[in-house]
Amino acid sequence: MKTAIETKNLTLSYGDSIIINELDLQIPKGEITVFIGGNGCGKSTLLRSIARLLKPKNGAVLLEGNAIAKMSTKDVAKQMSILPQSPIAPEGLTVLQLVKQGRYPYQTWLKQWTEKDEEEVTKALKATAIEDLKDRPVDSLSGGQRQRAWIAMTLAQDTDVILLDEPTTYLDMTHQIEILDLLFELNEKEQRTIVMVLHDLNLACRYADNIVAIKDRKIYAQGKPEHIISCPLVKNVFGMDCQITVDPLFGTPLCIPFGKGRCILKEVVL
Amino acid sequence: MSQYKNFRMMKGKVSFLLDNKATIVLIVLLIVAGAIFVLSTGMGDMKLSPLAVLKVFFGGGTEMETLVVQSFRLPRIIVALVVGMALAVAGGILQGIIRNPLASPDVLGLTGGASVAVVSFLAFFSDQNNALTVSIKWMPLAAFAGAGFIAMLVYFLAWKNGVSPIRIVLIGIGISALMQALTTLMMIMGPIYRASQANIWITGTVYGSSWSNVAILVPWTIIFILIAFFMVKNINILELGDDIATGVGGNIQRHRFLLLLISTALVGGSVAFAGGIGFVGLMAPHMARRLVGSSFGALLPVSAFIGAILVMLADLIGRTMFSPLEIPAGVFTAGIGAPYFIYLLFKTRNA
Repeated sequence: MKTAIETKNLTLSYGDSIIINELDLQIPKGEITVFIGGNGCGKSTLLRSIARLLKPKNGAVLLEGNAIAKMSTKDVAKQMSILPQSPIAPEGLTVLQLVKQGRYPYQTWLKQWTEKDEEEVTKALKATAIEDLKDRPVDSLSGGQRQRAWIAMTLAQDTDVILLDEPTTYLDMTHQIEILDLLFELNEKEQRTIVMVLHDLNLACRYADNIVAIKDRKIYAQGKPEHIISCPLVKNVFGMDCQITVDPLFGTPLCIPFGKGRCILKEVVL
Repeated sequence: MSQYKNFRMMKGKVSFLLDNKATIVLIVLLIVAGAIFVLSTGMGDMKLSPLAVLKVFFGGGTEMETLVVQSFRLPRIIVALVVGMALAVAGGILQGIIRNPLASPDVLGLTGGASVAVVSFLAFFSDQNNALTVSIKWMPLAAFAGAGFIAMLVYFLAWKNGVSPIRIVLIGIGISALMQALTTLMMIMGPIYRASQANIWITGTVYGSSWSNVAILVPWTIIFILIAFFMVKNINILELGDDIATGVGGNIQRHRFLLLLISTALVGGSVAFAGGIGFVGLMAPHMARRLVGSSFGALLPVSAFIGAILVMLADLIGRTMFSPLEIPAGVFTAGIGAPYFIYLLFKTRNA
């Protein structure tokens, strides 16, 4: 398995507090990798530093073997795109105007809308099924449509690696599945490397080829969901007791949390 | 792509996407600005028909008409036009890079810095009889230096591993308040004559503009507006926020610095020759946004023409409506701009 992204001895901090400590991580090329972990465990911070939005205190991030800190930011942008958590579009900006910004790394003063630009933008609009919305202002769309517009922008960037920070936050269940299906298809059809942070462990198990569980500034476990997701892992990473069963539709691990709630079973299993 | 027109030439070496609606808006504004320019030139103590004005422009007309138009009216109208453009473009850039609709040259303290410089200039270089000890021609330089110094100060104080938009705004507001206090203090401490002299400048006026002002201001402003147009794609991504701008490959700190520099140069030039004409930098870009949306390729040129129209109209009203009294143009930029601005907001409230 080839490696798309690698971190070497990566230490991240906000001020004096260390968030990620001396991390060595390999992210496989052409697969979907999902970072999981409790609130504040540093999974978003790690994703941001991979995307060069946060300077590491120490260590390096390598993209296809090259240190991103030494590459020009435009060259990085041609290989890797990032969708940060809940971005906000300026008032009145239309979907087309937004998606077009994904072509920034390819534009020059005189070449602002080449045939290739048009082709990639059209492709991105089609892939996210928002062609009909292209002249609508982004701020007039529903949450799911808006998120698709932002994803279209990152797609227009035409990169092999796509990073997404909680792309399904604030979306209802239908739209969550819609967004994840879209990313799954992109991976399947075009072998794009997708790295994202997800909160929903069950959706992570269903869509990820590779899960990275983060705990105490380090990687707790990494691997296929069906190999690593277990009761002790959930207990240690999230501090929650649960039962792991098999998803009746997909066969992937399904985590059922313990706790309170109405129990209507005749026989009590717990 | 019905709303847009692809523009490609020289075998793909040059390519743009033109927004049809923005092109139409721009043409209409160009005609309106031209009409106001001609009308304004014809109005005043000696009235000239638009046709007579055009005749003078093309070398005809009587000697008297030529004198009035060329020596008295044209310089100030050209200054009004250019100042309006400069302030509007500077405001548009600031709103984009600071990502705050309330950002403007006034809020960031640039105009305030120029005011303090002018009041100080009048205070330090006046003798007991309120006569200036140096030429008044140095006043624009003082104003420009004031705006430039404050821009540097705000940028320096906002620096913390790069400058963030919110820090620029907060420090700008703080500095701006300080500048206002200093201006008031110096005006109260000096004699009343000087205070009223300073006050006219602070309100903003194009009265007394000369061809030598035009010769400096016009090339200066055009150069920086052109540079701003070349940087449009960078403003477009900065407006999406630092994370997205970095993600698509923008060099955000360098672009933000350069764009602040351009805004400061534009504001500095216009306060130097027309004083602190307020509200244009805030309002013109908002009006433009209502008309053509948020993409800066369309927004900046449309803002520029709205700014030019606002200041030319304000000056026209100021010098004709209460004649022979001259009301500074700065009084009317808000006076005519604000109602239209509120109307636009009201009209597009559901859009």
